[in-house]
Amino acid sequence: MTLGGHLNINHLMFLGQGALWTIGLSVIALIGGGIVGFVIALARISPLKSVRIASGVYVQLIQGTPLLVILFLGYFGLAAIGLKVSPLAAAGASLTLYVSAYLGEIWRGCIQSVPKPQWEAAEGLALSRTQRMMKVILPQAIRIATPPTVGFMVQIIKNTSLASVVGFVELMRSGQIVNNSLFEPFAIYAIIAVVYFTMCYPLSLFSQKLERRMGRGRSNLAPA
Amino acid sequence: MSLQLDFPAVLGRWPNFLAGAALTLELATFATVLGALFGTLAAVGRGSRSPLIAGACKVYVETIRNTPLLVQIFLVYFGLASLGLKFSAFTVAVAALTINVGAYTAEIMRAGFEAIPRGQIEAAEGLALSRLQIYWHIILLPAVEKVYPALTSQFVLLMLASSVCSQISAEELTAVANYIQSDTYRAFETYIIVAVLYVILSLVMRAGFWGLGLVLFPRRRRLGTPL
Repeated sequence: MTLGGHLNINHLMFLGQGALWTIGLSVIALIGGGIVGFVIALARISPLKSVRIASGVYVQLIQGTPLLVILFLGYFGLAAIGLKVSPLAAAGASLTLYVSAYLGEIWRGCIQSVPKPQWEAAEGLALSRTQRMMKVILPQAIRIATPPTVGFMVQIIKNTSLASVVGFVELMRSGQIVNNSLFEPFAIYAIIAVVYFTMCYPLSLFSQKLERRMGRGRSNLAPA
Repeated sequence: MSLQLDFPAVLGRWPNFLAGAALTLELATFATVLGALFGTLAAVGRGSRSPLIAGACKVYVETIRNTPLLVQIFLVYFGLASLGLKFSAFTVAVAALTINVGAYTAEIMRAGFEAIPRGQIEAAEGLALSRLQIYWHIILLPAVEKVYPALTSQFVLLMLASSVCSQISAEELTAVANYIQSDTYRAFETYIIVAVLYVILSLVMRAGFWGLGLVLFPRRRRLGTPL
């Protein structure tokens, strides 16, 4: 069936452009979500109960809502109250919210998995709370947090595909557009799948490698 | 910017919302049960002595885990259609979600299998348990017990991910929301209500899994280990 001609170099260029936007949106989501997520992680272990509860509710709400609904809220919702948002702004903001809740929880776990004696030793040295965090806990937590964070980047890249439904032309949407002119869904979506795979699989492997290396490092450090 | 929320206009559609939520739960239940079976089989397959079976299972798991669900759903939906197989959107949605969650379940189950100490299997062999008994009592059940929290989180994520099925017009909660917002022009209110419904659904699922855990793993309750 050749309703709209064959896949040619222009289609592939268009798909390539979409792939670049997928990477761009992933970077935006990672940076935005990382900044907000870091604040969330610290808020979750705050000495103030109200801050802990507020951040806990935030995480529960975001993690209990599908990204698709968050995207619709960002795109249609903000438009409905008179804020004109571009698909890029809506997708970037929604993904930032989504990523922050998950990264916040991952990082909280990493901060809390720094061995308890480290906290106590830092306290014993009369370091202030900020000093304890910055000089003792975070440097160790970052090491623990690297493998799961790299692993989560795979989720971010895959989830940017949902931005296609609010009209953001990333890889998935560019595939749909090409399909609308060629009517060869199976071939085109298979190509799209392969492109996503080549972006995500190296990250998955890297995350696994980091995890193995960490495991070995930690077993060396473990007390006898 | 003027924000005037008009919830009554949208809340009048509560029967539609409920029907959508019910279908979401139904989708999630089917995919959870089928995906658990499928994933466990894949996890067993990955440990197979035959490199062909082990390799095929690895390719399946890695392919699914490194491509977006939306692409998978479209591939299944249009792929089956291009083969001339006509199924309802619901069937396609269940199939795609099962394939998707199966891969994640396989990885979780594999971690569970790897956590079973070799000595316990040898002890069971020493007690002359049959292969089937060993597999069920010594490997499968303790493995599930170990990874139960990770499994249940995965299935809640699956329920949330089922929202993507709205894109192939399965009439679940998000599809209902899209329909209502285009009908009432009240997008913000509609999606807020839907977000609340999803939060409730995930809390219900978590509570359900917690209760199921108490029934399935009484040992845990006796030992007081948190689920």
